[in-house]
Amino acid sequence: MARIDLVDLAHSYGGNDADPDSFALKPVTMTWRQGGAYALLGPSGCGKTTLLNLISGIVTPSRGRILFDGTDITPLSTQKRNIAQVFQFPVIYDTMTVGQNLAFPLKNRGVAKADVDARVREIAELLDLTPYLDRKATRLTADAKQKISLGRGLVRADVAAILFDEPLTVIDPELKWQLRSKLKALHRDLDLTMIYVTHDQTEALTFADTVVVMHDGRVVQSGTPAELFDRPAHTFVGYFIGSPGMNIVPAEVRGREARVSGHTIALDRSYDRLPPGATIEVGVRPEFVSVAPPAPGLLSANIERIDDLGRIRFARVRVGDAKFAARVPSGFSVAGETAGLVFEPGHVHVYADSRLVEGTA
Amino acid sequence: MDKTVNQKAWFLVLPVFLVVAFSAILPLMTVVNYSMQDTFGNNQFFWNGVGWFKELLDPSTDLGERFLASLWRNLFFSAVILAIEVPLGIVVALSMPRDGWAVAACLVILALPLLIPWNVVGTIWQIFGRPDIGLLGYTLNGIGINYNYVSNEFDAWATVIVMDVWHWTSLVALLCYAGLKSIPDAYYQAAQIDGASRWAVFRAIQLPKMNRVLLIAVLLRFMDSFMIYTEPFVVTGGGPGNSTTFISIELVKIALGQFDLGKAAALSLVYNLIILIVCWIFYTVMTNAGAERPVKQGGA
Repeated sequence: MARIDLVDLAHSYGGNDADPDSFALKPVTMTWRQGGAYALLGPSGCGKTTLLNLISGIVTPSRGRILFDGTDITPLSTQKRNIAQVFQFPVIYDTMTVGQNLAFPLKNRGVAKADVDARVREIAELLDLTPYLDRKATRLTADAKQKISLGRGLVRADVAAILFDEPLTVIDPELKWQLRSKLKALHRDLDLTMIYVTHDQTEALTFADTVVVMHDGRVVQSGTPAELFDRPAHTFVGYFIGSPGMNIVPAEVRGREARVSGHTIALDRSYDRLPPGATIEVGVRPEFVSVAPPAPGLLSANIERIDDLGRIRFARVRVGDAKFAARVPSGFSVAGETAGLVFEPGHVHVYADSRLVEGTA
Repeated sequence: MDKTVNQKAWFLVLPVFLVVAFSAILPLMTVVNYSMQDTFGNNQFFWNGVGWFKELLDPSTDLGERFLASLWRNLFFSAVILAIEVPLGIVVALSMPRDGWAVAACLVILALPLLIPWNVVGTIWQIFGRPDIGLLGYTLNGIGINYNYVSNEFDAWATVIVMDVWHWTSLVALLCYAGLKSIPDAYYQAAQIDGASRWAVFRAIQLPKMNRVLLIAVLLRFMDSFMIYTEPFVVTGGGPGNSTTFISIELVKIALGQFDLGKAAALSLVYNLIILIVCWIFYTVMTNAGAERPVKQGGA
């Protein structure tokens, strides 16, 4: 159990002298709270697995330090760090029974046999693996195997954190949900730090209380699911989280007004000090734009199609060159090819060079 | 359902029948024919029934004694080379580099002995071990070890075994290396996280993952060593005395040396039968090893 601090941590598979832009993980400084449930979210190749492997010690960082409770553990080998990791594909030891698999990490550390047995029993109970303790692990299904991998992490009472590297990739959708609830429950019961790597936003948002979004080797935002949804700090976050993603369009912003395609949208806050020369965009979630019958004073758009998601409908519209997704209010029947767009001022954000700009009241 | 009757299709299979008949069935039946008869030359044959087989399996007769002695010799030889080549092959495979240019270099060096024809291997070692001009024999005698594979039984055995180990350990090593390469990195990473020692990694991951290829290696090496002829024949000629006369060498002696066609035919049939049985065991074990499937989890 520990707080984990990353200090200027960076890694390049090409060595320390490689071009800084080519680093798999660009310098990051952050703190993982003891007992937190974190998700590392980002597309493939964004550096999230690299970050995970740095923490577990499978990869040694090119730069920076990792602290567990203030102690520098950067030079320690994986064996000496109190870290458990669950991999994308279940790793089980073929010749062993489920029980022996669970006991393996303890045996390797020379724990007394009676203690091993007691602990294995306890963990098996927790993971519903008790009926299988004496069975050969190879003969189980993928989700049971993944539970065993997880169990090998939990069986050590002293782990600082459990790292998950897309652990549900090979699990059937229905069981995915069960296993994820199991993880949540374990997190509540055991007060463990859990770091969960995934590229699936649903998984990240349902599992974690803090979601860390990564993009191109950088941590672009770290916050609660609500924060990521309401106030994306980077256009990438807006676009990556939410379905459909945030509408981001080039705009001219002056004071409390944004001009998009010659039309003025009111803003909630005032933006007087925008960095000169920056690319200015406004972003608004489709949930906060709705279509209405065309009317003067509304941004007029061409409707391309309607996506019916069951509970909610989204219209895909075009304004000039810009494409928008907008909510279709219930009861609204789309007639004709044009519609007006209604924006909710409090939810229109301004981005300069892709980064969120804080307005003044 | 209507079946189209077309007897002409038999003609398409005919070539295969002919080839198999002339290459396998007719020679085999000739051997069976010989094994039941005796001849005093002049192309005159006399019916002998199962007489040769009875003699072959009866250790009190000359033929039976020679057969059983060479059979035991052969089994002992196979056991010894397996006991050396399998662990050695595993060690070699484990110490091979995992990537980089060195992999290619190692593979080429390992493959070299496998590419040398049997009788050339025999000749190499025959000369290598000679006390007068061979590097090995001369050196050993030079440092005071009295080594002579022509006159000393132990030396002859040692030479034949070392030669086989030199020739075939590569095969075991290459198979094991292929097995090792198929282990995903995640296994090693998980083992690190589980705090496994080098030995624990070998026992829990590498050995189980090499199981299948090791089985193949053991069976291939067993079959090959059980049929060995050329190399010991070239080096020791089966001697000194009969000490390195394996079944195949004995068979050739009887068939071509003494021209006892009946005895040789009976011996070769029994020999063939032993190999067939081993093949069958090989096949059964292999297919069963592959039949392991995950069992659906019950309600829990």
